[in-house]
Amino acid sequence: MQKTYYDPADLKKFGKITEWSEELGNKFFDYYAKVFEEGKLSAREKSLIALAVAHTEQCPYCIDAYTQDGLQRGITKEEMMEALHVGAAIKGGATLVHGVQMMNKVNKLEM
Amino acid sequence: MIKSLHKRNSELANSQRQLEILSNGIFQSGELPKFKDKIAETGQFPLKAKKLEILQINVGYMCNQVCEHCHVDAGPDRKEIMTRETMQQCLEVIKNTGAHTLDLTGGAPEMNPDFRWFVEEALKIGVKDFIVRSNLTIIRANKKYYDLPEFFKKHNVHIMSSMPHWTKGKTDKQRGNGVFDKSIKALQELNAVGYGMPDSNLRLDLVYNPSGAFLPGNQASMEKDFKKALMDDFGINFHNLFTITNLPISRFLDYLIASENYEDYMYALVEAYNPQTVKNVMCTNTLSVSWDGYLYDCDFNQMLNLPVNSKVKHISDYNEELLEGRTIMISQHCYGCTAGAGSSCQGSVA
Repeated sequence: MQKTYYDPADLKKFGKITEWSEELGNKFFDYYAKVFEEGKLSAREKSLIALAVAHTEQCPYCIDAYTQDGLQRGITKEEMMEALHVGAAIKGGATLVHGVQMMNKVNKLEM
Repeated sequence: MIKSLHKRNSELANSQRQLEILSNGIFQSGELPKFKDKIAETGQFPLKAKKLEILQINVGYMCNQVCEHCHVDAGPDRKEIMTRETMQQCLEVIKNTGAHTLDLTGGAPEMNPDFRWFVEEALKIGVKDFIVRSNLTIIRANKKYYDLPEFFKKHNVHIMSSMPHWTKGKTDKQRGNGVFDKSIKALQELNAVGYGMPDSNLRLDLVYNPSGAFLPGNQASMEKDFKKALMDDFGINFHNLFTITNLPISRFLDYLIASENYEDYMYALVEAYNPQTVKNVMCTNTLSVSWDGYLYDCDFNQMLNLPVNSKVKHISDYNEELLEGRTIMISQHCYGCTAGAGSSCQGSVA
């Protein structure tokens, strides 16, 4: 039995998802490739966004892939960490902004 | 400053041992295909040499730096130096071939005592493109080298210099403490005499090697980022940036093994294999001459002690007919030149 849920080698097999649904798989990968092309945002900026999202999604495959991608693009570790803090700030903010809901509820129920 | 593998008596100072590592393990077990089988898939084996265009001469392994990734295992403790006699033999060959490019490498080529003599003599013959691979810091290493920018200018030498990043941290980590600051100063001095300026004929190109176990990014994008950062931060101009993949040999192989990145790196190279690059790999139009005059298909094969597959083994016996069409010597390190957009001493090839 597999001892862990995640296997780093599975990242290399990502493309195989098309085998069980070729049309949708291909459409996804075409879309994915298009998204990361140079556009109004540079491919470098997109790589940093992807790295931050990879962390907020806590996807080990994506973290592996976009750390590697960042290094290949010459992105420094300081830039990577700064991007992560953006993700962390949004995650933290998203948690704390719900505090208003809690406060509303408390204020409504308490005498 | 770290010592060379030779000085440390490392087993990887032995080229035979390096070739064993590259042929055993994941390649022997069939987990990864051997380079020979990979290029055979598209009918490109055996790889044959075409007409000679570039003569790359390694004038010695002595260097003022000890870079972590150096495939030459160069350093101050290396004493192998090309003699004037061997240089003379190289000049005879340049005279008699149609090679348009002469590419001097090392070590630090400028540390060879006959370096300036060789540059002057080679230019008399009339080479179209005369490249010196300068590590930049040599210009600031000692007073006797301070006039190098003027010397290069006087002889219209094409400068190609290594620069792994536009930040100090990444550069010094790969090339040694203080290298970044000295390199920046040297680039500014080269700019001051006209090198690398937008309309200047004095060519100044940078060479980028990744500072770790990853492949280089897109050459054009990297060039754009380097140009912006070096101009914004230091007012530096240069012409082109060439990206080069680190090949898994010598000190870079030592690093890969010590950091437990070897297998993943070989996987990455094989995965990024691009059959389109094979027809343009540099060994097909280049000949590499070692400090003692022996001939190799490329500088990497020189370091692995894989001599040309020809009756002609030494520059003194050079024979164009016998060398053209020779079968190129290959091993698993060759995946480094065929990954992604490919890699050569002149940057990407596809």
